[in-house]
Amino acid sequence: MTERPLTGRIRPGAPPPDREAYERAGGYQAMRRALLHMTPEEVVGDVTKSGLRGRGGAGFGTGQKWSFVPKPKPGQRRYLVANADEMEPGTFKDRLLLEGDPHQLVEAVVVSAYALQATDAYIFVRGEYKLAIARLTQAIGEATAAGYLGTDILGAGYALSLHLHASAGRYICGEETALLTALEGRRALPRSKPPFPQVSGLWGAPSVVNNVETLCNVPHIVNNGPEWFKGLGIGPDGGTKLYGMSGRVRRPGAWELPIGTPLREILEEHAGGMQEGYRLRALLPGGASTAFLGADQLDIPMDYGSVEKAGSRLGTGTAIVLDDRACPVGMIRNLEHFFAQESCGWCTPCRDGLPWVERMLQALEEGDGEDEDLAQLQRHVGLLGMGKTFCAHAPGAMAPLGSGLQKFREEFAQHVHQHRCPWPAGGLH
Amino acid sequence: MSTAETLADSASETLPDALREEIRLLGQHEAHPRAACIEALQRVQREFRWVSDAHLREVAGLLGMSAADLDGVATYFNLIFRRPVGRRVLLLCDSVSCWLMGRERLEAHLSARLGIRPGQTTPDGDVTLLPTVCLGHCDHAPALMLGDALHGDVDTQKLDAILEAAG
Ligand SMILES: Cc1cc2nc3c(=O)[nH]c(=O)nc-3n(C[C@H](O)[C@H](O)[C@H](O)COP(=O)(O)O)c2cc1C
Ligand code: SF4
Ligand code: FES
Repeated sequence: MTERPLTGRIRPGAPPPDREAYERAGGYQAMRRALLHMTPEEVVGDVTKSGLRGRGGAGFGTGQKWSFVPKPKPGQRRYLVANADEMEPGTFKDRLLLEGDPHQLVEAVVVSAYALQATDAYIFVRGEYKLAIARLTQAIGEATAAGYLGTDILGAGYALSLHLHASAGRYICGEETALLTALEGRRALPRSKPPFPQVSGLWGAPSVVNNVETLCNVPHIVNNGPEWFKGLGIGPDGGTKLYGMSGRVRRPGAWELPIGTPLREILEEHAGGMQEGYRLRALLPGGASTAFLGADQLDIPMDYGSVEKAGSRLGTGTAIVLDDRACPVGMIRNLEHFFAQESCGWCTPCRDGLPWVERMLQALEEGDGEDEDLAQLQRHVGLLGMGKTFCAHAPGAMAPLGSGLQKFREEFAQHVHQHRCPWPAGGLH
Repeated sequence: MSTAETLADSASETLPDALREEIRLLGQHEAHPRAACIEALQRVQREFRWVSDAHLREVAGLLGMSAADLDGVATYFNLIFRRPVGRRVLLLCDSVSCWLMGRERLEAHLSARLGIRPGQTTPDGDVTLLPTVCLGHCDHAPALMLGDALHGDVDTQKLDAILEAAG
């Protein structure tokens, strides 16, 4: 049987384990082990050796990220933030962990904060996740009552306060420097890097931001060791991954599988294949800001390197499936509407470019597009690409557009030459 | 009275003392009081449904911010309402998975049923219809939130039932 460390305690439809049930199932063992028997450096060492990479989208090595935090200075505050903003369209994996096993995240935060010698930790959760907020509040209360948060945890001389911050709906707050700005109670504009948050983050203090799923792996690495973790994956990466699928598949959902599971297996076995009457045209493998993969690319293993080699990104690992009955241009228009709306407005290419892109796509959908628009769209893919804007929002927006212009060249041209959207009723089906 | 006037009713009053005290304490718990501003605005909204100019000024004062500074933060967030909203806010997801699963039809149905376009409030002040970004419920697309309740796999029939049950 494949191991499912992250979701093993989750029972769909049932309330999450409370502290006692969580402990009966082996919970808070990693906290004991780390705080009572390991130095912070040893915990960081295990995470580094495990090869754990960030599950928030960029895939940065977690141990490496942590290693940039300077040595603690007496009296200095240091922060760890669990990023539970999860607003990327098509992404619903962290919600599963937040709602299904909130104590796992609390323990993950305590162990990771100990490794980083953080004095304060935050869980930054999107405000719309009402159930997650209620369950986390309960879990934090139970953990505090048991002495797992607060001063002198387990008598180990380590203190941590954990705060839950409910946001108010703004995608850019998921970007780690914008998130820190939001926590300071300011307009959540991203910040320039360097300085990196590990050196100068929240209120100028050393800070680490990690995705919820990334952190939830840490207690399991502490319990079972880095070699065990590496062995969970199929290809070069270690661990499991929460993969998901939405769109016209038979059983949309999220599943914890060995990282490196082929896309075909996720679609055909776990999502049950396409719904009756729908054929697969293409998919975004890891959320709205990843490039399209074609129906001929299903044999790709879903690990970081393989998806990148195929021209896309693993991203969040939750795929969005485009079927043959929905208009690809309409889908891209929908995506660019999202990115244009959620641009923070700080830098010109993104603030002005994205609405322009959206309007051109809208014109194509309405039959008012011209050949020149296709060239303009292509030009924007370059103008808003990596390195041209202040943060990765605009390049993310260009991923589905750039790949879409290539993969759906013919469909784009049809919109121009037929002066209409060839799909009956666009997405209205 | 216009819709706007019906909705704006109580918003010119000063904040109740208990809420003022609560917001002051929220600020005190932070190393920098302004860090509490989103939570403070959310509390005001829980009581009054939206944040009026008068209330914004009061919160700013309690947290040692200028009103302009706080308004800059407030208007940045999709779910801090700086205009009156109805008794119930319906957030209809307009992101990609819901679009693929037919959310346009739900929007058309809602507009016809309620007689309003997205962004508007019914004349009786009952429902405000707002498009929203992905609710993280894409495996049950199309999805919406009515107040704090999340609904998935919504079709027009289910939509009618949701509106009536919560009516
Ligand atoms: C526009 C934008 C939105 C993002 N949203 C999220 C998010 O909602 N959740 C998340 O974990 N990471 C998000 N990220 C990535 C974060 O900036 C950061 O890389 C991540 O939280 C780091 O965690 P990890 O190293 O554990 O993956 C976003 C990045 C960008 C550019
Ligand atoms: S790329 Fe877009 S979201 Fe990022 S800083 Fe520039 S305007 Fe803001
Ligand atoms: S796209 Fe609508 S809930 Fe995710």
